[in-house]
Amino acid sequence: MSTVEQVFVREPLGPRLRHEIVTIARHAEDKRAACIDALKLVQKRFRFVSDDHLVEVAALLEMTPAELDGVATFYNLIFRRPVGRHVILLCDSVACWVMGGAAACAHLCERLSVKPGETTVDGRFTLLPIVCLGHCDHAPAMMVDEDLYGDLDAARLDDILRRFR
Amino acid sequence: MPKRDEPPFLRYLIVNADEMEPGSFKDRLLLEKTPHQLIEGVIIGAFAVQATVAYIFVRGEYVLALERLVRAVVEAQARGYIGRDIFGSGFSLTIHVHASGGRYICGEASALFSALEGRRAIPRARPPRSAVSGLWGKPSVVNNVETLCCVPPIIERGANWYLGLSRSVDGGTKLYGISGRVKRPGLWELPFGTPLNEILFEHAGGMQDGYECRAVLPGGASTAFIMPENFDVGMDFASVQKIGSSLGTGNIVVLDQRRCPIGLLRNLEHFFAQESCGWCTPCRDGLPWVERTLTAIEAGEGEAEDLDLLVHHVSFLGPGCTFCDLAPGAMAPLASGLKYFRREFERHINEKACPWHDTKDAWA
Repeated sequence: MSTVEQVFVREPLGPRLRHEIVTIARHAEDKRAACIDALKLVQKRFRFVSDDHLVEVAALLEMTPAELDGVATFYNLIFRRPVGRHVILLCDSVACWVMGGAAACAHLCERLSVKPGETTVDGRFTLLPIVCLGHCDHAPAMMVDEDLYGDLDAARLDDILRRFR
Repeated sequence: MPKRDEPPFLRYLIVNADEMEPGSFKDRLLLEKTPHQLIEGVIIGAFAVQATVAYIFVRGEYVLALERLVRAVVEAQARGYIGRDIFGSGFSLTIHVHASGGRYICGEASALFSALEGRRAIPRARPPRSAVSGLWGKPSVVNNVETLCCVPPIIERGANWYLGLSRSVDGGTKLYGISGRVKRPGLWELPFGTPLNEILFEHAGGMQDGYECRAVLPGGASTAFIMPENFDVGMDFASVQKIGSSLGTGNIVVLDQRRCPIGLLRNLEHFFAQESCGWCTPCRDGLPWVERTLTAIEAGEGEAEDLDLLVHHVSFLGPGCTFCDLAPGAMAPLASGLKYFRREFERHINEKACPWHDTKDAWA
Protein backbone atom coordinates (compact mmCIF):
# COMPACT_ATOMS: atom_id res chain seq x y z
CA MET A 1 0.00 0.00 0.00
CA SER A 2 1.35 3.45 -0.87
CA THR A 3 1.94 6.11 1.78
CA VAL A 4 -0.92 8.19 0.41
CA GLU A 5 -3.34 5.33 0.96
CA GLN A 6 -2.04 4.62 4.46
CA VAL A 7 -2.87 8.18 5.48
CA PHE A 8 -6.26 7.81 3.81
CA VAL A 9 -7.31 4.77 5.82
CA ARG A 10 -6.03 6.30 9.09
CA GLU A 11 -8.69 8.93 8.63
CA PRO A 12 -11.53 8.25 11.12
CA LEU A 13 -15.01 7.37 9.85
CA GLY A 14 -16.15 10.98 10.23
CA PRO A 15 -19.47 12.37 11.48
CA ARG A 16 -21.47 11.69 8.29
CA LEU A 17 -20.60 8.01 8.00
CA ARG A 18 -21.03 7.55 11.77
CA HIS A 19 -24.47 9.13 11.52
CA GLU A 20 -25.44 6.83 8.63
CA ILE A 21 -24.37 3.76 10.61
CA VAL A 22 -26.23 4.89 13.73
CA THR A 23 -29.35 5.49 11.60
CA ILE A 24 -29.40 2.02 10.00
CA ALA A 25 -28.71 0.48 13.42
CA ARG A 26 -31.70 2.32 14.87
CA HIS A 27 -33.96 0.96 12.14
CA ALA A 28 -32.75 -2.62 12.62
CA GLU A 29 -34.56 -4.91 15.05
CA ASP A 30 -31.30 -5.35 16.91
CA LYS A 31 -28.26 -3.07 16.52
CA ARG A 32 -25.85 -5.80 15.50
CA ALA A 33 -28.22 -6.89 12.73
CA ALA A 34 -27.01 -3.77 10.88
CA CYS A 35 -23.36 -4.84 10.99
CA ILE A 36 -23.08 -6.19 7.43
CA ASP A 37 -24.70 -3.04 6.05
CA ALA A 38 -22.44 -0.90 8.23
CA LEU A 39 -19.29 -2.67 7.04
CA LYS A 40 -20.47 -2.26 3.44
CA LEU A 41 -20.88 1.49 4.01
CA VAL A 42 -17.33 1.69 5.35
CA GLN A 43 -16.12 -0.27 2.37
CA LYS A 44 -17.95 1.98 -0.07
CA ARG A 45 -15.99 4.94 1.32
CA PHE A 46 -12.61 3.33 2.09
CA ARG A 47 -12.73 0.23 -0.19
CA PHE A 48 -11.86 -2.11 2.69
CA VAL A 49 -12.39 -2.32 6.45
CA SER A 50 -9.25 -1.34 8.38
CA ASP A 51 -8.64 -2.35 12.01
CA ASP A 52 -9.30 1.19 13.24
CA HIS A 53 -12.57 1.44 11.34
CA LEU A 54 -13.65 -1.97 12.60
CA VAL A 55 -13.14 -0.84 16.20
CA GLU A 56 -15.14 2.33 15.55
CA VAL A 57 -18.05 0.46 13.93
CA ALA A 58 -18.09 -2.15 16.70
CA ALA A 59 -18.51 0.58 19.32
CA LEU A 60 -21.41 2.14 17.39
CA LEU A 61 -23.20 -1.24 17.22
CA GLU A 62 -22.38 -2.20 20.82
CA MET A 63 -20.40 -5.20 19.69
CA THR A 64 -16.87 -6.12 20.74
CA PRO A 65 -14.25 -5.68 17.99
CA ALA A 66 -13.63 -9.44 18.12
CA GLU A 67 -17.32 -10.20 17.53
CA LEU A 68 -17.47 -7.82 14.57
CA ASP A 69 -14.20 -9.14 13.16
CA GLY A 70 -15.64 -12.66 13.42
CA VAL A 71 -18.51 -11.52 11.22
CA ALA A 72 -16.35 -9.43 8.87
CA THR A 73 -13.93 -12.26 8.14
CA PHE A 74 -16.74 -14.78 7.60
CA TYR A 75 -18.29 -13.13 4.54
CA ASN A 76 -16.75 -13.16 1.07
CA LEU A 77 -17.69 -9.61 0.14
CA ILE A 78 -16.25 -7.86 3.22
CA PHE A 79 -12.59 -7.05 2.61
CA ARG A 80 -10.33 -6.82 5.65
CA ARG A 81 -7.26 -6.08 3.55
CA PRO A 82 -6.69 -3.24 1.08
CA VAL A 83 -7.98 -3.77 -2.45
CA GLY A 84 -7.39 -1.91 -5.70
CA ARG A 85 -9.61 0.79 -7.19
CA HIS A 86 -11.55 -1.89 -9.07
CA VAL A 87 -12.31 -5.36 -7.78
CA ILE A 88 -12.64 -8.15 -10.34
CA LEU A 89 -14.72 -11.07 -9.08
CA LEU A 90 -14.04 -13.93 -11.45
CA CYS A 91 -16.36 -16.93 -11.14
CA ASP A 92 -14.46 -20.16 -10.47
CA SER A 93 -17.46 -22.48 -10.11
CA VAL A 94 -18.45 -25.43 -12.21
CA ALA A 95 -20.40 -23.97 -15.15
CA CYS A 96 -17.68 -21.40 -15.82
CA TRP A 97 -15.01 -24.05 -15.35
CA VAL A 98 -16.61 -26.18 -18.09
CA MET A 99 -16.76 -23.14 -20.39
CA GLY A 100 -13.11 -22.13 -20.01
CA GLY A 101 -13.02 -20.29 -16.68
CA ALA A 102 -9.47 -21.48 -16.04
CA ALA A 103 -8.37 -19.91 -19.33
CA ALA A 104 -10.11 -16.66 -18.37
CA CYS A 105 -8.26 -16.67 -15.06
CA ALA A 106 -4.91 -17.38 -16.73
CA HIS A 107 -5.54 -14.59 -19.23
CA LEU A 108 -6.38 -12.04 -16.53
CA CYS A 109 -3.39 -13.07 -14.43
CA GLU A 110 -1.11 -12.64 -17.43
CA ARG A 111 -2.56 -9.26 -18.46
CA LEU A 112 -2.52 -7.85 -14.93
CA SER A 113 0.70 -9.57 -13.77
CA VAL A 114 -1.01 -10.85 -10.63
CA LYS A 115 -2.06 -14.15 -9.11
CA PRO A 116 -5.65 -14.64 -7.94
CA GLY A 117 -6.06 -12.69 -4.71
CA GLU A 118 -3.49 -10.03 -5.59
CA THR A 119 -3.63 -6.35 -6.51
CA THR A 120 -1.86 -4.87 -9.53
CA VAL A 121 1.28 -2.81 -8.88
CA ASP A 122 -0.51 0.38 -9.94
CA GLY A 123 -3.34 -0.33 -7.47
CA ARG A 124 -5.93 -0.35 -10.25
CA PHE A 125 -7.28 -3.92 -10.00
CA THR A 126 -7.64 -6.66 -7.40
CA LEU A 127 -8.41 -10.09 -8.86
CA LEU A 128 -10.54 -12.31 -6.63
CA PRO A 129 -12.08 -15.68 -7.41
CA ILE A 130 -15.76 -15.84 -6.46
CA VAL A 131 -18.37 -18.59 -6.29
CA CYS A 132 -20.99 -19.01 -9.03
CA LEU A 133 -22.38 -15.61 -10.07
CA GLY A 134 -25.60 -17.07 -11.48
CA HIS A 135 -24.71 -16.11 -15.06
CA CYS A 136 -24.11 -19.72 -16.12
CA ASP A 137 -25.90 -19.46 -19.47
CA HIS A 138 -23.28 -16.84 -20.39
CA ALA A 139 -20.26 -18.53 -18.83
CA PRO A 140 -17.46 -17.73 -18.26
CA ALA A 141 -18.58 -14.74 -16.19
CA MET A 142 -17.12 -12.11 -13.90
CA MET A 143 -18.02 -8.88 -12.13
CA VAL A 144 -15.97 -5.72 -12.14
CA ASP A 145 -17.12 -3.66 -9.18
CA GLU A 146 -20.92 -3.77 -9.54
CA ASP A 147 -21.21 -4.77 -13.21
CA LEU A 148 -21.69 -8.29 -14.50
CA TYR A 149 -19.94 -9.50 -17.68
CA GLY A 150 -20.51 -12.81 -19.48
CA ASP A 151 -19.43 -14.77 -22.57
CA LEU A 152 -15.82 -13.95 -21.74
CA ASP A 153 -13.03 -14.72 -24.15
CA ALA A 154 -9.56 -13.23 -24.54
CA ALA A 155 -10.70 -10.36 -26.78
CA ARG A 156 -13.66 -9.46 -24.59
CA LEU A 157 -11.53 -9.50 -21.44
CA ASP A 158 -9.00 -7.15 -23.02
CA ASP A 159 -11.82 -4.88 -24.14
CA ILE A 160 -13.33 -4.76 -20.63
CA LEU A 161 -9.95 -4.07 -18.99
CA ARG A 162 -9.35 -1.24 -21.46
CA ARG A 163 -12.49 0.55 -20.21
CA PHE A 164 -10.83 0.99 -16.83
CA ARG A 165 -7.57 2.40 -18.12
CA MET B 1 -46.42 -22.18 12.61
CA PRO B 2 -48.80 -21.16 15.37
CA LYS B 3 -52.43 -20.79 14.26
CA ARG B 4 -53.66 -17.37 13.17
CA ASP B 5 -55.16 -16.46 16.55
CA GLU B 6 -52.45 -18.08 18.67
CA PRO B 7 -49.48 -16.23 20.17
CA PRO B 8 -46.75 -15.27 19.53
CA PHE B 9 -48.01 -12.66 17.12
CA LEU B 10 -44.64 -11.48 15.92
CA ARG B 11 -43.77 -13.94 13.14
CA TYR B 12 -41.53 -13.69 10.14
CA LEU B 13 -41.74 -14.69 6.52
CA ILE B 14 -38.27 -15.07 5.05
CA VAL B 15 -37.50 -15.27 1.36
CA ASN B 16 -34.38 -17.23 0.62
CA ALA B 17 -33.00 -15.41 -2.42
CA ASP B 18 -29.42 -16.38 -1.60
CA GLU B 19 -28.99 -18.22 -4.88
CA MET B 20 -25.46 -19.61 -4.79
CA GLU B 21 -25.79 -23.22 -5.89
CA PRO B 22 -23.17 -23.51 -8.64
CA GLY B 23 -24.86 -23.76 -12.03
CA SER B 24 -28.12 -22.12 -10.88
CA PHE B 25 -29.46 -18.84 -12.16
CA LYS B 26 -33.27 -19.12 -12.06
CA ASP B 27 -33.81 -16.89 -9.01
CA ARG B 28 -31.65 -14.11 -10.40
CA LEU B 29 -33.84 -13.93 -13.50
CA LEU B 30 -37.06 -13.94 -11.44
CA LEU B 31 -35.73 -11.16 -9.20
CA GLU B 32 -34.55 -9.08 -12.12
CA LYS B 33 -37.45 -9.61 -14.51
CA THR B 34 -40.49 -9.95 -12.30
CA PRO B 35 -39.86 -8.56 -8.78
CA HIS B 36 -43.52 -7.60 -8.28
CA GLN B 37 -44.59 -11.20 -8.75
CA LEU B 38 -42.32 -12.16 -5.85
CA ILE B 39 -43.63 -9.30 -3.71
CA GLU B 40 -47.21 -10.36 -4.39
CA GLY B 41 -46.31 -13.90 -3.35
CA VAL B 42 -44.71 -12.54 -0.18
CA ILE B 43 -47.83 -10.51 0.69
CA ILE B 44 -50.14 -13.52 0.19
CA GLY B 45 -47.78 -15.85 2.06
CA ALA B 46 -47.37 -13.42 4.95
CA PHE B 47 -51.15 -12.98 5.20
CA ALA B 48 -51.65 -16.76 5.25
CA VAL B 49 -49.36 -17.23 8.26
CA GLN B 50 -50.12 -13.77 9.72
CA ALA B 51 -46.49 -12.67 9.56
CA THR B 52 -46.17 -8.91 9.89
CA VAL B 53 -42.53 -8.66 8.90
CA ALA B 54 -40.86 -10.20 5.86
CA TYR B 55 -37.18 -10.29 4.98
CA ILE B 56 -35.96 -10.94 1.45
CA PHE B 57 -32.40 -12.23 1.78
CA VAL B 58 -30.60 -11.61 -1.52
CA ARG B 59 -27.01 -12.47 -2.24
CA GLY B 60 -24.79 -9.39 -2.37
CA GLU B 61 -23.44 -10.07 -5.86
CA TYR B 62 -26.93 -9.75 -7.38
CA VAL B 63 -26.59 -5.99 -7.75
CA LEU B 64 -29.17 -5.47 -10.50
CA ALA B 65 -31.67 -7.81 -8.81
CA LEU B 66 -31.29 -5.89 -5.54
CA GLU B 67 -31.74 -2.56 -7.26
CA ARG B 68 -34.95 -3.66 -9.01
CA LEU B 69 -36.33 -5.44 -5.96
CA VAL B 70 -35.82 -2.44 -3.69
CA ARG B 71 -37.49 -0.21 -6.28
CA ALA B 72 -40.42 -2.63 -6.55
CA VAL B 73 -40.86 -2.68 -2.75
CA VAL B 74 -40.94 1.12 -2.71
CA GLU B 75 -43.50 1.13 -5.53
CA ALA B 76 -45.70 -1.41 -3.72
CA GLN B 77 -45.49 0.67 -0.56
CA ALA B 78 -46.43 3.84 -2.40
CA ARG B 79 -49.57 2.13 -3.79
CA GLY B 80 -50.54 0.78 -0.37
CA TYR B 81 -49.99 -2.93 -1.11
CA ILE B 82 -47.60 -3.10 1.82
CA GLY B 83 -47.57 -1.07 5.01
CA ARG B 84 -49.99 -0.47 7.84
CA ASP B 85 -53.59 -1.78 7.63
CA ILE B 86 -53.37 -2.76 3.96
CA PHE B 87 -56.53 -1.50 2.15
CA GLY B 88 -58.39 -1.44 5.46
CA SER B 89 -57.95 -5.19 5.96
CA GLY B 90 -56.45 -4.80 9.42
CA PHE B 91 -53.40 -6.68 8.16
CA SER B 92 -50.03 -4.89 8.21
CA LEU B 93 -46.81 -5.97 6.57
CA THR B 94 -43.28 -4.55 6.38
CA ILE B 95 -40.85 -5.94 3.79
CA HIS B 96 -37.10 -5.58 4.31
CA VAL B 97 -34.56 -6.37 1.61
CA HIS B 98 -31.22 -7.59 2.95
CA ALA B 99 -28.09 -7.74 0.79
CA SER B 100 -25.92 -10.60 2.00
CA GLY B 101 -22.24 -10.33 2.86
CA GLY B 102 -21.82 -13.42 0.68
CA ARG B 103 -21.41 -17.04 1.75
CA TYR B 104 -23.02 -20.21 0.36
CA ILE B 105 -24.06 -21.45 3.80
CA CYS B 106 -26.40 -18.44 4.20
CA GLY B 107 -28.78 -20.36 1.96
CA GLU B 108 -29.23 -22.95 4.74
CA ALA B 109 -32.41 -21.70 6.44
CA SER B 110 -31.16 -21.65 10.02
CA ALA B 111 -27.78 -20.18 9.00
CA LEU B 112 -29.75 -17.51 7.17
CA PHE B 113 -31.31 -16.48 10.50
CA SER B 114 -27.84 -16.10 12.00
CA ALA B 115 -26.79 -13.97 9.04
CA LEU B 116 -29.86 -11.72 9.36
CA GLU B 117 -29.14 -11.30 13.07
CA GLY B 118 -25.66 -9.98 12.23
CA ARG B 119 -23.72 -13.09 13.18
CA ARG B 120 -21.52 -15.58 11.40
CA ALA B 121 -23.85 -17.67 9.23
CA ILE B 122 -23.70 -20.90 11.19
CA PRO B 123 -26.59 -23.37 11.04
CA ARG B 124 -28.55 -24.13 14.21
CA ALA B 125 -29.52 -27.40 15.82
CA ARG B 126 -33.05 -28.66 15.22
CA PRO B 127 -35.41 -29.02 17.04
CA PRO B 128 -36.79 -26.47 17.59
CA ARG B 129 -37.99 -26.13 14.01
CA SER B 130 -37.92 -22.63 12.59
CA ALA B 131 -41.74 -22.54 12.60
CA VAL B 132 -41.45 -22.62 16.40
CA SER B 133 -38.24 -20.68 16.94
CA GLY B 134 -36.54 -19.02 13.98
CA LEU B 135 -35.33 -15.49 13.43
CA TRP B 136 -34.71 -13.87 16.85
CA GLY B 137 -36.41 -16.88 18.40
CA LYS B 138 -39.76 -16.10 16.75
CA PRO B 139 -41.83 -18.39 14.50
CA SER B 140 -40.48 -18.08 10.97
CA VAL B 141 -41.37 -19.50 7.58
CA VAL B 142 -38.67 -19.71 4.95
CA ASN B 143 -39.53 -20.08 1.27
CA ASN B 144 -37.52 -19.75 -1.89
CA VAL B 145 -38.08 -17.27 -4.70
CA GLU B 146 -39.46 -19.75 -7.22
CA THR B 147 -42.06 -21.08 -4.76
CA LEU B 148 -43.37 -17.64 -3.82
CA CYS B 149 -43.50 -16.53 -7.46
CA CYS B 150 -45.89 -19.46 -8.11
CA VAL B 151 -48.34 -18.27 -5.44
CA PRO B 152 -50.12 -15.34 -7.19
CA PRO B 153 -51.20 -17.32 -10.29
CA ILE B 154 -52.34 -20.26 -8.11
CA ILE B 155 -54.53 -17.93 -6.01
CA GLU B 156 -55.91 -16.37 -9.16
CA ARG B 157 -56.63 -19.52 -11.18
CA GLY B 158 -56.90 -22.26 -8.59
CA ALA B 159 -54.94 -25.28 -7.44
CA ASN B 160 -56.42 -27.65 -10.03
CA TRP B 161 -55.35 -25.45 -12.89
CA TYR B 162 -51.82 -25.38 -11.48
CA LEU B 163 -51.65 -29.14 -10.84
CA GLY B 164 -52.87 -29.76 -14.39
CA LEU B 165 -49.85 -27.95 -15.88
CA SER B 166 -47.58 -30.76 -14.77
CA ARG B 167 -46.43 -33.93 -16.50
CA SER B 168 -45.68 -35.68 -13.21
CA VAL B 169 -46.93 -36.21 -9.66
CA ASP B 170 -45.26 -32.91 -8.70
CA GLY B 171 -47.75 -30.23 -9.64
CA GLY B 172 -47.26 -27.19 -11.80
CA THR B 173 -44.24 -25.95 -13.69
CA LYS B 174 -40.51 -25.75 -13.00
CA LEU B 175 -37.78 -23.42 -14.17
CA TYR B 176 -35.19 -25.59 -15.90
CA GLY B 177 -31.84 -24.11 -16.82
CA ILE B 178 -28.94 -25.46 -18.83
CA SER B 179 -25.32 -24.39 -19.02
CA GLY B 180 -22.29 -25.99 -20.65
CA ARG B 181 -21.48 -26.77 -24.30
CA VAL B 182 -25.04 -26.84 -25.59
CA LYS B 183 -26.21 -24.84 -28.60
CA ARG B 184 -28.68 -22.66 -26.65
CA PRO B 185 -27.86 -22.38 -22.95
CA GLY B 186 -30.73 -20.76 -21.07
CA LEU B 187 -33.73 -21.05 -18.80
CA TRP B 188 -37.24 -22.33 -19.56
CA GLU B 189 -40.46 -22.64 -17.58
CA LEU B 190 -41.75 -26.11 -18.47
CA PRO B 191 -44.27 -28.62 -17.11
CA PHE B 192 -42.91 -30.31 -14.00
CA GLY B 193 -41.50 -33.69 -15.03
CA THR B 194 -40.38 -32.69 -18.54
CA PRO B 195 -37.87 -35.39 -19.62
CA LEU B 196 -34.19 -34.46 -19.40
CA ASN B 197 -33.49 -35.33 -23.06
CA GLU B 198 -36.30 -33.03 -24.18
CA ILE B 199 -34.74 -30.12 -22.24
CA LEU B 200 -31.26 -30.98 -23.44
CA PHE B 201 -31.94 -31.70 -27.11
CA GLU B 202 -35.09 -29.73 -27.96
CA HIS B 203 -34.98 -26.63 -25.79
CA ALA B 204 -31.21 -26.31 -25.50
CA GLY B 205 -30.72 -27.51 -29.08
CA GLY B 206 -28.35 -30.37 -28.22
CA MET B 207 -24.57 -30.23 -28.00
CA GLN B 208 -22.40 -27.77 -29.93
CA ASP B 209 -20.56 -29.21 -32.91
CA GLY B 210 -17.52 -31.20 -31.84
CA TYR B 211 -18.81 -31.81 -28.34
CA GLU B 212 -20.40 -34.91 -26.85
CA CYS B 213 -22.36 -35.01 -23.64
CA ARG B 214 -20.68 -37.29 -21.09
CA ALA B 215 -22.89 -36.62 -18.05
CA VAL B 216 -24.97 -33.91 -16.42
CA LEU B 217 -25.42 -32.54 -12.94
CA PRO B 218 -29.22 -32.17 -12.91
CA GLY B 219 -29.61 -29.50 -10.25
CA GLY B 220 -26.38 -27.88 -9.17
CA ALA B 221 -23.18 -28.90 -7.41
CA SER B 222 -24.93 -30.93 -4.70
CA THR B 223 -26.56 -33.43 -7.05
CA ALA B 224 -25.26 -36.77 -8.35
CA PHE B 225 -24.36 -37.21 -12.03
CA ILE B 226 -26.94 -38.50 -14.47
CA MET B 227 -25.44 -40.55 -17.32
CA PRO B 228 -26.75 -40.58 -20.93
CA GLU B 229 -28.49 -43.96 -20.53
CA ASN B 230 -30.86 -42.26 -18.07
CA PHE B 231 -31.57 -39.10 -20.07
CA ASP B 232 -35.18 -40.18 -20.60
CA VAL B 233 -35.83 -39.48 -16.91
CA GLY B 234 -38.64 -37.06 -16.11
CA MET B 235 -37.24 -34.06 -14.25
CA ASP B 236 -39.40 -34.33 -11.13
CA PHE B 237 -38.41 -35.12 -7.55
CA ALA B 238 -39.39 -38.80 -7.42
CA SER B 239 -38.18 -39.82 -10.90
CA VAL B 240 -34.74 -38.25 -10.51
CA GLN B 241 -34.39 -39.82 -7.07
CA LYS B 242 -35.25 -43.23 -8.51
CA ILE B 243 -32.14 -43.15 -10.72
CA GLY B 244 -29.90 -42.20 -7.80
CA SER B 245 -29.69 -38.43 -8.12
CA SER B 246 -31.84 -35.52 -6.99
CA LEU B 247 -33.60 -32.69 -8.75
CA GLY B 248 -31.82 -29.96 -6.77
CA THR B 249 -32.44 -26.58 -8.37
CA GLY B 250 -33.32 -28.09 -11.76
CA ASN B 251 -30.54 -26.03 -13.31
CA ILE B 252 -28.49 -28.50 -15.33
CA VAL B 253 -24.73 -28.37 -15.91
CA VAL B 254 -23.46 -30.39 -18.87
CA LEU B 255 -20.07 -32.10 -18.81
CA ASP B 256 -18.62 -32.67 -22.28
CA GLN B 257 -15.90 -35.05 -23.43
CA ARG B 258 -13.25 -32.32 -23.63
CA ARG B 259 -13.20 -31.66 -19.88
CA CYS B 260 -11.77 -33.98 -17.27
CA PRO B 261 -14.41 -35.51 -14.96
CA ILE B 262 -11.88 -35.62 -12.10
CA GLY B 263 -11.12 -31.94 -12.70
CA LEU B 264 -14.82 -31.18 -12.53
CA LEU B 265 -15.13 -33.04 -9.22
CA ARG B 266 -12.07 -31.20 -7.89
CA ASN B 267 -13.75 -27.92 -8.89
CA LEU B 268 -16.95 -28.89 -7.01
CA GLU B 269 -15.13 -30.03 -3.86
CA HIS B 270 -13.01 -26.87 -3.87
CA PHE B 271 -16.25 -24.92 -3.74
CA PHE B 272 -17.65 -26.95 -0.83
CA ALA B 273 -14.37 -26.93 1.12
CA GLN B 274 -14.16 -23.15 0.76
CA GLU B 275 -17.80 -22.53 1.64
CA SER B 276 -17.97 -24.83 4.68
CA CYS B 277 -18.81 -22.64 7.66
CA GLY B 278 -16.28 -24.55 9.76
CA TRP B 279 -18.64 -25.30 12.62
CA CYS B 280 -18.49 -29.10 12.63
CA THR B 281 -15.26 -31.07 12.31
CA PRO B 282 -16.09 -33.65 9.62
CA CYS B 283 -17.08 -30.90 7.18
CA ARG B 284 -14.35 -28.40 8.12
CA ASP B 285 -11.51 -30.94 7.96
CA GLY B 286 -12.93 -33.59 5.66
CA LEU B 287 -13.79 -31.41 2.66
CA PRO B 288 -10.30 -29.85 2.30
CA TRP B 289 -8.87 -33.37 2.54
CA VAL B 290 -11.16 -34.54 -0.25
CA GLU B 291 -10.17 -31.51 -2.33
CA ARG B 292 -6.44 -32.11 -1.80
CA THR B 293 -6.81 -35.78 -2.71
CA LEU B 294 -8.68 -34.94 -5.91
CA THR B 295 -6.12 -32.26 -6.78
CA ALA B 296 -3.34 -34.81 -6.39
CA ILE B 297 -5.13 -37.41 -8.52
CA GLU B 298 -5.86 -34.85 -11.23
CA ALA B 299 -2.19 -33.82 -11.26
CA GLY B 300 -1.11 -37.47 -11.72
CA GLU B 301 0.19 -37.72 -8.17
CA GLY B 302 -2.56 -39.97 -6.85
CA GLU B 303 -2.16 -43.48 -5.47
CA ALA B 304 -4.55 -46.43 -5.56
CA GLU B 305 -5.31 -46.02 -1.81
CA ASP B 306 -6.61 -42.52 -2.50
CA LEU B 307 -9.73 -44.01 -4.01
CA ASP B 308 -10.42 -45.88 -0.74
CA LEU B 309 -9.91 -42.61 1.11
CA LEU B 310 -12.49 -40.89 -1.11
CA VAL B 311 -14.94 -43.77 -0.70
CA HIS B 312 -14.47 -43.53 3.07
CA HIS B 313 -15.25 -39.81 3.02
CA VAL B 314 -18.46 -40.37 1.07
CA SER B 315 -19.89 -42.19 4.10
CA PHE B 316 -17.93 -40.25 6.74
CA LEU B 317 -19.39 -36.95 5.48
CA GLY B 318 -22.73 -38.44 4.48
CA PRO B 319 -26.23 -37.80 5.82
CA GLY B 320 -26.43 -37.86 9.61
CA CYS B 321 -22.70 -37.35 10.20
CA THR B 322 -22.58 -33.57 10.02
CA PHE B 323 -24.42 -30.61 11.50
CA CYS B 324 -26.15 -29.55 8.27
CA ASP B 325 -26.60 -30.71 4.68
CA LEU B 326 -23.58 -28.99 3.12
CA ALA B 327 -21.18 -31.94 3.39
CA PRO B 328 -23.72 -34.63 2.40
CA GLY B 329 -24.52 -32.43 -0.62
CA ALA B 330 -20.82 -32.26 -1.44
CA MET B 331 -20.59 -36.04 -1.33
CA ALA B 332 -23.44 -36.63 -3.80
CA PRO B 333 -21.46 -35.83 -6.97
CA LEU B 334 -18.34 -37.48 -5.54
CA ALA B 335 -20.13 -40.75 -4.77
CA SER B 336 -21.61 -40.89 -8.25
CA GLY B 337 -18.31 -39.81 -9.81
CA LEU B 338 -16.51 -42.68 -8.10
CA LYS B 339 -19.11 -45.01 -9.54
CA TYR B 340 -19.42 -43.68 -13.10
CA PHE B 341 -15.85 -42.42 -13.65
CA ARG B 342 -13.93 -45.22 -11.95
CA ARG B 343 -11.98 -45.88 -15.15
CA GLU B 344 -10.99 -42.23 -15.47
CA PHE B 345 -9.84 -42.18 -11.84
CA GLU B 346 -7.72 -45.28 -12.44
CA ARG B 347 -6.24 -43.89 -15.65
CA HIS B 348 -5.01 -40.79 -13.79
CA ILE B 349 -3.41 -42.98 -11.14
CA ASN B 350 -1.91 -45.57 -13.50
CA GLU B 351 -0.66 -43.13 -16.13
CA LYS B 352 0.49 -40.65 -13.47
CA ALA B 353 -0.95 -37.83 -15.58
CA CYS B 354 -4.25 -36.27 -16.53
CA PRO B 355 -5.45 -37.61 -19.92
CA TRP B 356 -7.15 -34.21 -20.39
CA HIS B 357 -3.98 -32.29 -19.61
CA ASP B 358 -4.10 -30.35 -22.89
CA THR B 359 -7.54 -28.86 -22.22
CA LYS B 360 -6.88 -27.89 -18.60
CA ASP B 361 -6.34 -24.17 -19.23
CA ALA B 362 -7.92 -24.11 -22.69
CA TRP B 363 -10.80 -21.84 -23.65
CA ALA B 364 -12.71 -24.57 -25.47
